[in-house]
Formats: sequence, C-alpha cells, structure tokens
Amino acid sequence: MQSSVLLLLLIGLMALAYQMGRRRSVRLVGGYGKVRELNSLPSYYGAYAAMWAGIPALLVYGLWLAIQGNVVSHWLVAELPPEIQQLPKAELALVVNDIKNLAAGSILSGHPEPYMQVAADHLHSLRQTGQAALAVVVLSLGIAGLVLARQTIRKDMRARTRVEQVIKVLLIISSTIAIFTTIGIVLSVLFESIRFFQAIPISDFLFGLQWSPQTAIRADQVGSSGAFGAVPLFAGTLLISGIAMFVAVPIGLMSAIYLSEYAGPKLRAMAKPTLEVLAGIPTVVYGFFAALTVAPFIRDSGALIGLDVSSESALAAGLVIGIMIIPFVSSLSDDVINAVPQAMRDGSYALGATRSETVRRVIIPAALPGIVGGVLLAVSRAIGETMIVVMAAGLTANLTANPLESVTTVTVQIVTLLVGDQEFDSPKTLAAFALGLMLFVTTLVLNVVALHVVRKYREQYE
Amino acid sequence: MTNTLADAARITEEAKQADAQGDSHKKALGEDFRTVGRIRVDKPRMRCTEVNVFYGQNHAIKGVSLDIGANEVIAMIGPSGCGKSTFLRSLNRMNDTIEGCRIEGEILLDDQDIYDKKLDVVPLRARVGMVFQKPNPFPKSIYENIAYGPRIHGIAATRTALDEIVETSLRKAGLWEEVKDRLDKPGTGLSGGQQQRLCIARAIAVAPEVILMDEPCSALDPIATAKVEELIDELRANYTIAIVTHSMQQAARVSQRTAYFHLGNLVEVGNTTQIFTNPRHKLTEDYITGRFG
Amino acid sequence: MQAVQASLKRRYAAERRFRFLGLSAVVLGLVFVAILFVTIISNGYTAFTQTHIALDIHFDPQQIAPNGDTSPAALSKGNYAALVKQALREEFPEVTGRNDKRQLYRLMSSGAAFDLLNRVKADPSIIGTTQRLWLVADDDVDMLVKGHFDRDLPESDRRVKNETIAWVDKLATEGRVKQQFNTAFFTHGDSREPELAGIGGAVAGSFYMLLVTVALSFPIGVAAAIYLEEFAPTNRWTDLIEVNINNLAAVPSIVFGLLGLAVFINFFGLPRSAPLVGGLVLTLMTLPTIIIASRAALKSVPPSIREAALGIGASKTQMVFHHVLPLAMPGMLTGTIIGMAQALGESAPLLMIGMVAFIVDIPGGPTDPATALPVQIFLWADSPERGFVERTSAAIMVLLAFLISMNALAVYLRKKFERRW
Repeated sequence: MQSSVLLLLLIGLMALAYQMGRRRSVRLVGGYGKVRELNSLPSYYGAYAAMWAGIPALLVYGLWLAIQGNVVSHWLVAELPPEIQQLPKAELALVVNDIKNLAAGSILSGHPEPYMQVAADHLHSLRQTGQAALAVVVLSLGIAGLVLARQTIRKDMRARTRVEQVIKVLLIISSTIAIFTTIGIVLSVLFESIRFFQAIPISDFLFGLQWSPQTAIRADQVGSSGAFGAVPLFAGTLLISGIAMFVAVPIGLMSAIYLSEYAGPKLRAMAKPTLEVLAGIPTVVYGFFAALTVAPFIRDSGALIGLDVSSESALAAGLVIGIMIIPFVSSLSDDVINAVPQAMRDGSYALGATRSETVRRVIIPAALPGIVGGVLLAVSRAIGETMIVVMAAGLTANLTANPLESVTTVTVQIVTLLVGDQEFDSPKTLAAFALGLMLFVTTLVLNVVALHVVRKYREQYE
Repeated sequence: MTNTLADAARITEEAKQADAQGDSHKKALGEDFRTVGRIRVDKPRMRCTEVNVFYGQNHAIKGVSLDIGANEVIAMIGPSGCGKSTFLRSLNRMNDTIEGCRIEGEILLDDQDIYDKKLDVVPLRARVGMVFQKPNPFPKSIYENIAYGPRIHGIAATRTALDEIVETSLRKAGLWEEVKDRLDKPGTGLSGGQQQRLCIARAIAVAPEVILMDEPCSALDPIATAKVEELIDELRANYTIAIVTHSMQQAARVSQRTAYFHLGNLVEVGNTTQIFTNPRHKLTEDYITGRFG
Repeated sequence: MQAVQASLKRRYAAERRFRFLGLSAVVLGLVFVAILFVTIISNGYTAFTQTHIALDIHFDPQQIAPNGDTSPAALSKGNYAALVKQALREEFPEVTGRNDKRQLYRLMSSGAAFDLLNRVKADPSIIGTTQRLWLVADDDVDMLVKGHFDRDLPESDRRVKNETIAWVDKLATEGRVKQQFNTAFFTHGDSREPELAGIGGAVAGSFYMLLVTVALSFPIGVAAAIYLEEFAPTNRWTDLIEVNINNLAAVPSIVFGLLGLAVFINFFGLPRSAPLVGGLVLTLMTLPTIIIASRAALKSVPPSIREAALGIGASKTQMVFHHVLPLAMPGMLTGTIIGMAQALGESAPLLMIGMVAFIVDIPGGPTDPATALPVQIFLWADSPERGFVERTSAAIMVLLAFLISMNALAVYLRKKFERRW
C-alpha cells in the first residue's frame, strides 16, 4: 500500500471518529437541545475521539519511517552471502546501494552479479511485506483507538480538558525542537570530531601549520601526506573576517550615526530600506559578484601599480563580506544609538556642544557596550560566512598575513571536504566535522557574549 | 506571560505606594484586626471565609471574610492598592492568570468551594461573569461579541436560539435599540459607553449568576456612566453584582451594601446608607470624608 | 568667552568633517547596492533572449523513419542531428574540409535536433517536406551575436574563428538570425550547454523545498511561540529555551548543513540531494526567525482581550486559539514570509546535503534528486563558458525578483494589518 494512501485512510478514519464522537455525545444527553448537560461541547468529544484514532497510529507510522531505512538494510545484509558480509564496511555499503538501485529498477554501471539480483528481489519483497504490515498495524491501531474512545465517552467526561492537555503537549514539544536542534548539532559534530581526533591527535589539529587533507588511497601514493594542521585555516578566516570588519564597522557605524543624528526624514526613509536590501541579498549573489567583478578589479588595479595580486585574494572576499555585513552593523548600531535617552543628548547640547561632539563624547560612549555587542555578532557572521569565500577565496592553505595573497578559510574547507564523492569514514571527511565543531564553538561563544552584552545594555536604559 | 507579570508588578507597585501613603494609618489595624459590621447575610450567593491572597512575598488580601447576598449590589471601595480589585478577581479565579499569585481560605459559590482542586474554572467563570475597567470588546462584529460566550458554553443549540440570546442580552444591556441595525459591524467601532454596555451584554449572554464589575465606569464620560449605573440597577432583579469603584457617589447610587477595604483588610461592611452617613470605623470615616484616598 | 570664540572655528571644521564622513558612509553603502545591481543586470538581461537561426530543414524519411513506422518510439530513434547538418551543408556548399565542416556544424546547438524530434512527434505528416525553421544557435554564436566577443582581437585569442563570424554575418544579412524570448531558460533543467540550460529544475527544487519548509516551520514555530508566550511558566527551563532560540538564530548556516548530513542522511537514511532533506534543514534554520517574530506578534495583542475572553469563561486554549492567535496572525505570517525568503536564498547548507549534483531532469516531488535556485547559481558561476556568466546573472535576477516580491508582500501585510491598540 502506498504511504500517501495510508495517510489519507488514516485522516479519513480520524474524520469518522470525530463525527462518531460528536454524535455519541449528543445522543448521550438526548439531542442538541440538552447539550448544556454535557461537560464539554460536542465538538470536543469529536476531537477527543479523533485524537485516539489518529495519534497512536501516527506515532507508530512516524517511528517506522524513521527506522525503516536502517532496519531494511540490516535485514538485507543478513541475507547476503557470507563472503559479501565479510567485506569492509565502505564496500558493503556500496553493494547495498547497488542492490537498492537494482530493486528500484535503475540501470547499474556494470552487470549485476546473480546474488545481487536475488538480494534485490528479496529487498523488494521485504519492502512490500513491511509496507503491508505497517498498513495493517496502523489501521488497526486507528480503529482500536476509535473503539476505545467510543467506550470512554460519558456525559460528565471532561473532553475539553483532555483535548486541551493534548494540545498543550503538542505546543511543548514544538517549543523543545529548538533545544533538540542544538543538541543535534552538538552531537553530530562532536561524535564525528571524536572519531577524527582518534585518527589525528588533537594537538596536531589545533597547532599544526600544515594543511593538506589529501589522504592516500594506496599506501605508496605520492603527495598524500594528509596533514591536518588547522592553523592556516584559522589564520585565513581571521584575515578575511578582519578585512570584512575593517570595511563594515566604519561604514555601518557612520551611516547609522548619520541616519539617526543628521539625516532628514526623507533621506532616512529612502536610505534605510535601500541599505537593508543589502541584507536580503543571498550570499551566493555576493559570491558571484566577488568572483566576477571585485576580484578581477582588485587584481587589475594591483597590476596597474605594479603589485602582484592573486585573483583569489583575501582582500576581495573580505571586502565583499564587509559589504554584506554593513546593514547588519548599521541596523544594530541604529537600535543601540536610539536607545540612548534623549536627556543625554539634551544635556550635551545645553552645554553648547556641537552635534559631532555630542555623538563622539556622549552618545558613542553611552552606546558602546551595545555597539560592541553588535560588532561581535557581526564578527560571528563573517566567520561563519560560506558562499562568498567558497566562490571568491582560494583552496590552498597559505599561512600569510598579506591580504593580496590567496588564503582559505574553515568554511571553504568544510565545503570542499564534504562536497562531491566521499568515503564517510576517512579522516578527510571527518576533518570537516572537526572544523565544524571549531566553527560552532567559536560562533556560539561570540553569540552568547554578544547577546548578553546587548541585553545588559538594553536593560540599562529601560 | 509578560502581560500577567506586568499586571502583577503593577498591582504590587500600587500596593507599595499605598503602603507608603497609608503608613500613619497602619497602627489602626493590628494583626488580629476584625472587620467592623455584619459580614454575613441571610441568603448568601457567595461566601468568603478568611481569604488571604499573596503576590509572591506581598500579602495583598489579609483574612477577608464577606458574604455576597443573592440579588444585591455590593460596592467595594477604598484607596488605590487596598486590594479591592484583587479580592474581586479572586471571586472568579481571574487571579489564576497572574504568576506567583497564591490564595488561601475558602470561597463558596452556592456552597461549592471554587478553589477546589477538582473544580474546572471554565464553568465557574461562566457562572461568575466579569466586566473590566476598560471596555474590551473583541475586535469582531457586535453579534460575534455576544455570541461567543453562548457558543463556547454550548448554550444555544440552533442559530435562532443564538439570535434570541444576542437580542435579549443586548436588550437587557439597553443597547439593542442603538445597535440592532449594525450587528455585523465591529464592536470596537462603538463609543466608549456603548462598548462597556456591550461588554456587560456579553457577560449577561452566558447567563451568569454573579457579575463582577471592576471599576466599569472609570473610562466613561458622565452621561455614559449614568446609563451604565441605570443598567446595574435594573440587572439587580436577576443577578448578583459585586462592583469595585473609586467613586463614592457611584457606590452610594447603585449599591445596597458597601465594603470598605484598606491595605488588604476589609475594614468595615454594612448598608450603604449606614456606611456613608454613619461610618463606625475611624478609617472608613476618614476615607468617606475625603481625608485621604 | 575669548577661549570659546577662538576654538569655534576649529570645532565647526571638525563638525563638518564628521558630517561629511557620515554622509560618505551612507553614500558608499548606497553605491555598493547600485554597483551590485548594475553588474548583475547588465550581465544578465541578455539571457532572456536567445539567438535562433533559420534553416531549411528537409525532413528526410531516410533519416527519421526509414521503414515508414511513425510511432513515437520509432521516431525517437531517428537521426535528427543529421537533418541539421545536411541543412547547414546545403546552406554553405563551399565548406568541404572535415575540420571546417565540424566547425560549421557547431553553429547550431545540439538542442536543435531535439526540437526537430518534438516537431515530428507532434505532427508526423511533415516527414518528407522541407521547411524553414528557427532553431536554437550554439552558445558561442549566441554570445557573438549579442556582442560579448570582441571581434578586433586576433583570431587565436577568440573563442570563435573568423569563418564562424563570416557564416553568422552572412546569415544575419539574409535576415536569418534573430533573438527570440528565451522560454527554455525558464522551462529546462540544467545542461552542460549554456544555450540549453534553464532554471526550471532548480525552481521546481526550490519550490518543493520551500513547501516542506513552510509546512513544517510555520505550525511548529507558531506552536512554540504560543507555548512560550502564553502558557510557559518563567523558570530556568523556559529561559534556556529562549537563550537557545536566540543563539540558533545566529549559528552559521553551514553548521545546519553538517547537522542535516549527519542526522537526516547518515542516521535516518533519507535520500541525498532530495528537496525533502533540504526542506528539513531549512526548517530548523528558519524556526528561530519564525518563533521570534511570532512571539513579538503575540506580545502585541493587548492583555485586555485575553481578560475579556477568560472573563466570560473561555478556557486558556480557547482564549488563545479564538482570540489571540487570529489577532497575531498577520505578524506571524510576516515573520514566516521573511523566514521563507531567507530559506529561499540559502545555499551553504544545501551543499552539505548533496543538492549540488548536476541534475538534468525536473524533479516531480520532494524526494526526487534536485537542486535549488541559489545552488544552481553557484554551479553555473563555476562554469567557464561566457554563456553561463549571462545565465548566472539572469538566474540571480529571477531569484532577487522572488525575494523582493516576498519581502514586499511581508511589508504590505504589516502595513495593512498593523493595529494600534
């Protein structure tokens, strides 16, 4: 049975249960005129019955969907000839994949081995049995729920309270998804990182100066040292983020100051949304812009004055990230500048200070914690930015502070290590998760500190 | 939750202000203070015994016992932050919505403890309706405003029955003639006085036994106030009404009994005429004669 | 007073300098916006048309239906490329050398043959006739006609040879070269040939992905906001959730991609490259945005409405779902649209879950392999052909058009339903 058909059937069953619950509750008191004698409105009895018919069945269905893939593979492997089962994990996975493709009817690259054909047929029947069994279990659970609900409906049953309790549980579950996301992130990067650090000592990773993640497929291969020293990546990330902040902070801060303290309403109404357009542009567009326009421009102007600029220079990527972050810095600064009480400005003007003196001596010092928080958030943005650097920065890990050379960043390496064909257990792919862990921890610390600083700042003026 | 928190903060803040203001009167009320006057009546609809309300550390209502008789209008007066609103809100458990609010003692509605753990607050609030300080119609049509309560409580089985309830409620609230041609217009488009009467009609529509009114006229002009007061007097035939008011004239005009609250204590209760002409407690007298408040 | 007067001039100069700095920062920001848009548009607008060349095609039965069988299956086996080649040879009989001929054939796109196949399938009666048809030209010809190649460069530095230029010019003087609206760009999937590559597949992939995202993130986000705003007690647990949501909103998107790869693909065994997985990852990414916006919307509903509902005996759930939620809905929708716009523009996490594959077919559902519009842009941006630069820019214009209309809708909703209490 198709899963969509099964779902539709289940929804139909729930609708039926709803009608049944409603009718039964009305019949219990003898007609619509006496609905007041019921504890709750008839529709709540309906919803109560529908919940019994739907929720347990849906839970089982969801559970099956989640584990199906792994369970079926496990059964499949158990049925394979023993010599195939003995294969290394990665090759076994390939075989299983081939069998799955065969069962799905797609064409394989080579000619399928006979045992594969057998296994594919087996897989097909396994899946069919699984689907059928699932349909039977789900539908009988639904019907059982419906019958149970029918039995329990009484005149004085608190249907509304029970329905509302279920709703509340659903609401609570929804609110915990954010927590589970964080836990999921931590666990997924942590586990793979631990496996990585079992292969490569953590000190080599954190303090090594050499990064060339090409590991040998054959032992005698040349140029496959597989060095995983991440320092050049950290340095490259810092260099590019530094350039970005060098662009974004002055422009963002100054435009926020100008727009909130000097500009007339007309200019403000025009300039603010236009600047915010920069924030809404997808990063891939910036990446294209950096690679197509900015990098050649910097290279050519470098050549004009006799400088040798790499076409993937850190300067180009940093500059474009800076442009991307301008609206971020300016809107955060705008918020904190506006939070400075008018009384402080008045006090300064009353002493005969000019506007710029007021801004520099009074407003900025008062808003400083907020501005620092905003800048920290912007730094975390710049560090985590991926597309621009993937498209405009280099791949080779140079340890340099020269913005005209090509450097690579943590995010670029994560992408290059994980995109394309990959064996899942090699240190090469695991290294991506270790880098992900570094990235997550760094940005998390920055965010926590920044959000804390900003919140403290807000409370101060509330 | 911040709304209710803010409420709580506001209420405690008011209480603190009152504390500061009423310091000189504090001596008058010792720990074992007893209410002056007759707190019990012959035919009680609600009977409160030794009610204490706390907001966190703040003791907002201190051992109040009071009867609310059937078909009477009882006015609760007193300076800001004296706890009269808090007391009123505990009569239909509206205080449940405020975090950190704790209630001790016993409040009976027709011999049933409304703070019984097994009791469902929803039918309770259908029996004890409430009208608030600021008119708060739902941003829906006039008809929907009235029909909402009967719908959720399953009072009307058919559309005609619902139409009937809407009409009678609006008539009882004296609003029918003014709005009958625009029942589908938003309730928020009415004038302040009409909005408040709409809220009263909305409360009546679920056929409550008791209606609590928390300063229902404080946001209205004198003409609208007069109309609402007239309405309260008419409603007395069918309902029991407890009204909190800041205006002593209003209390004198609409109520049969008056209760005077001070810093969480029920100082004095008695016939309205007696309270206003011949108060027995010194604090009541000071308040009536306008020495503070 | 003397001292004040003396310093006044200096102070006013400083004031002017400061003001000038501020103004130049604003102008610089605006200039960046302008440069970005000008670059994209000037590079991309030509992609909306495509060069077509008129050729006299003889539908030779020998090549397409040798034994008179006109069933679609038999017709599909015909050699339509040969028809195009034949037409070109007849047009330029002077071209004889093998290499020259090969160069001549490269005037037309390989898509021209598919076009002929479809025409024959639609109407088999044209077999045996000769017709003048407008067929898709090769991307180099397209670029040449659109003037993206500099004819003054020496031949060795150019992608197109002198002969090709001569042939195209000859055809052009005969009025047989024209620009047509490029429907293929919107309907086709990806292709190695720029003139055949379209964003159809990517748009469909993005569509399915957003469908999954909105179907999950809107209800979950709203439910979470309702719980946190209306039901949750204030304690450490809810504080933790709150801090956590704010932090998640600032986690780099690529980290969500790692989560998707490790959890959805490796742990749950969901298919790679599927919009379903992309949608799940984007759901987790957009949830914080939606929750934060929804909570703000709930907060703006005045407490008096809540009291009114409770006062006539509505339960808390009824209060929320009958009164508070409808009033907060416009704000929640605005937040959701903004979240969806973010999700639509996101590409980094999709790279992690394999949505970067080269996929020609247009996906028919959320589990088919697919790519997304921003990822398509990324893929094309990497291609060296000049034709892809044009198409990348055009795809960006389409993406920006979607984003701008979504944001405009959000602004409109906010303006329309904004309520002052």
